[in-house]
Amino acid sequence: MKTVLEYLDLRLKNAPDKPMFCGDGETLTVSDAAARSDAIGSALLRRGADREPVLVFMKRSPAMIAAFFGVWKANCFYVPVDAEMGETRIRSILDRVQPRFAVKDGSADALLAACGFQGKALDADTLLSEPADAAALDAAKARRLDSDPAYLVFTSGSTGAPKGVVGVHRAVLDYAGQITAALKADETDVFGMQAPLYVDACLKEILSALKCGSSVVLVPKKLFMTPVPLVEFLNANRITTLCWVVPALTLISALHTFDAVVPRYLKTVAFGSEVMPPKQLRIWREHVPARYLNLYGPTECTGMSCCYEVDRDFADGERVPIGRAFDNAEIFLVDENGRRADEGEIHIRGTSVCYGYFRDPERTKNAFVQNPLQSDYPETVYRTGDLGRFNERGELEFLGRRDDQIKHMGHRIELGELEAAARTIDGVNAACAVFDRERSVLGLVYTGTADRPALQNALRGKLPEYLLPKRMACVGAIPLTENGKTDRKAAAKLLFR
Amino acid sequence: MEQLLGILREMHPETDFETETNLVDDGILASFDIVMLITRIEEEFDVVIPAKDIVPENFNSANALYALIQKIAEQDD
Repeated sequence: MKTVLEYLDLRLKNAPDKPMFCGDGETLTVSDAAARSDAIGSALLRRGADREPVLVFMKRSPAMIAAFFGVWKANCFYVPVDAEMGETRIRSILDRVQPRFAVKDGSADALLAACGFQGKALDADTLLSEPADAAALDAAKARRLDSDPAYLVFTSGSTGAPKGVVGVHRAVLDYAGQITAALKADETDVFGMQAPLYVDACLKEILSALKCGSSVVLVPKKLFMTPVPLVEFLNANRITTLCWVVPALTLISALHTFDAVVPRYLKTVAFGSEVMPPKQLRIWREHVPARYLNLYGPTECTGMSCCYEVDRDFADGERVPIGRAFDNAEIFLVDENGRRADEGEIHIRGTSVCYGYFRDPERTKNAFVQNPLQSDYPETVYRTGDLGRFNERGELEFLGRRDDQIKHMGHRIELGELEAAARTIDGVNAACAVFDRERSVLGLVYTGTADRPALQNALRGKLPEYLLPKRMACVGAIPLTENGKTDRKAAAKLLFR
Repeated sequence: MEQLLGILREMHPETDFETETNLVDDGILASFDIVMLITRIEEEFDVVIPAKDIVPENFNSANALYALIQKIAEQDD
């Protein structure tokens, strides 16, 4: 098997009429998805597309996923874009990629024009009226390599322009095996997808549908403001599996939702992208019997790289581990001297490591590096910029970003440590520690009712002097990035403006 | 009301909360804002907002939200 498209062929043989992707008022069965992708693949081949990036600019829908498959069938790699990314981001992606072709729907027209798109815009629905070209599709398949790129997704680089991560077919194929094993996905599962389609997070659901025959229901984004209708939606659609970012799960648990309604069909609840607060995890586990999985992995290593199945309770302030690397991947920690250690920077090696950043050799060179543990032959590993440690059980724990580790008053400190301490104090809900490097001042932005002197006093009993914040601000909300992660830069601006 | 406007303005200083009536439907309040907003209201106004009341009608304007807080506070008394 060279690519996951071959799973689509298998599904088509086994259960062509099974609903594969539902949402946005539309249901695509396996044969619908295959037919749509055949049409789009044929149309691209007819126009001369070949091993190149193809923009897929559509509203989040089953049709957009079928367009991804269509791009693969033309031996090209998709660049997913959605109007909600905003004009600035889309413009920077178009400038970087300069795609010759875009598969789009009506939601893209205004923004494509505003961004001065120079390529050929092909309307996905119109392409369906063109006949599929079986001979051209077969010829393309014969030329396909498992080392060809599969997609180009952009991550919000912590500094500067977004980075385009080049994913590879063989890594996607490997990931299909790993993630579906972790989720124990099968053909009876119904996934409730929260992720946008322009990030690699959506592969969990798409690959489960391809490899295991699961069904995927796209949960409307609007429901993530109203917890009761959200849970009612899960029940109405008999959702068995969630792979959600932490804030989407805590939206439900933190707002007393389980007093009104409880998810009835869930078997597996997987989460990632942020640290899960133990209190929220306890609320979920008390009300919803299911397997709970903490997933961790950078986009640069194709989806997730490791997994911990929750098997015990965690007290406030304890870390929920990220567990063990998937089969066929190794995670090792490297200390400041470049040696293997029990605590240090998380490095990942294996098939899952992507090719690097698109047209960005400088930033590629900094993150995709020679394995520091051997110099005998070339071997690229990914250095994540994340810090981890192995606990006494041998489970990996995520400690924070390397950039968040700072030297202050002669001590090496973790901003996460101050945050964790602050969160254990009554009257503090959320906390974000920030450091002003110019003035060498440690600060804390928090939400809650605790006043600053009381919080300062409470922290004094918990932390060494050098970890005490010198400036604090109580705010209405901790700023979040578009992916729902804490936006430390924006938080710093609230404090040091 | 001023207290509530204060909380909202801290979250989104760019929005005129006295006139805006489509906070949810126009996407001014982002998906994950809602948890922080509610937690803050519950603390400052000493109320518990039942999950079933977390629907767009109650969050589309500062006025609607204030009416909800008052209704819950009265029921508690």
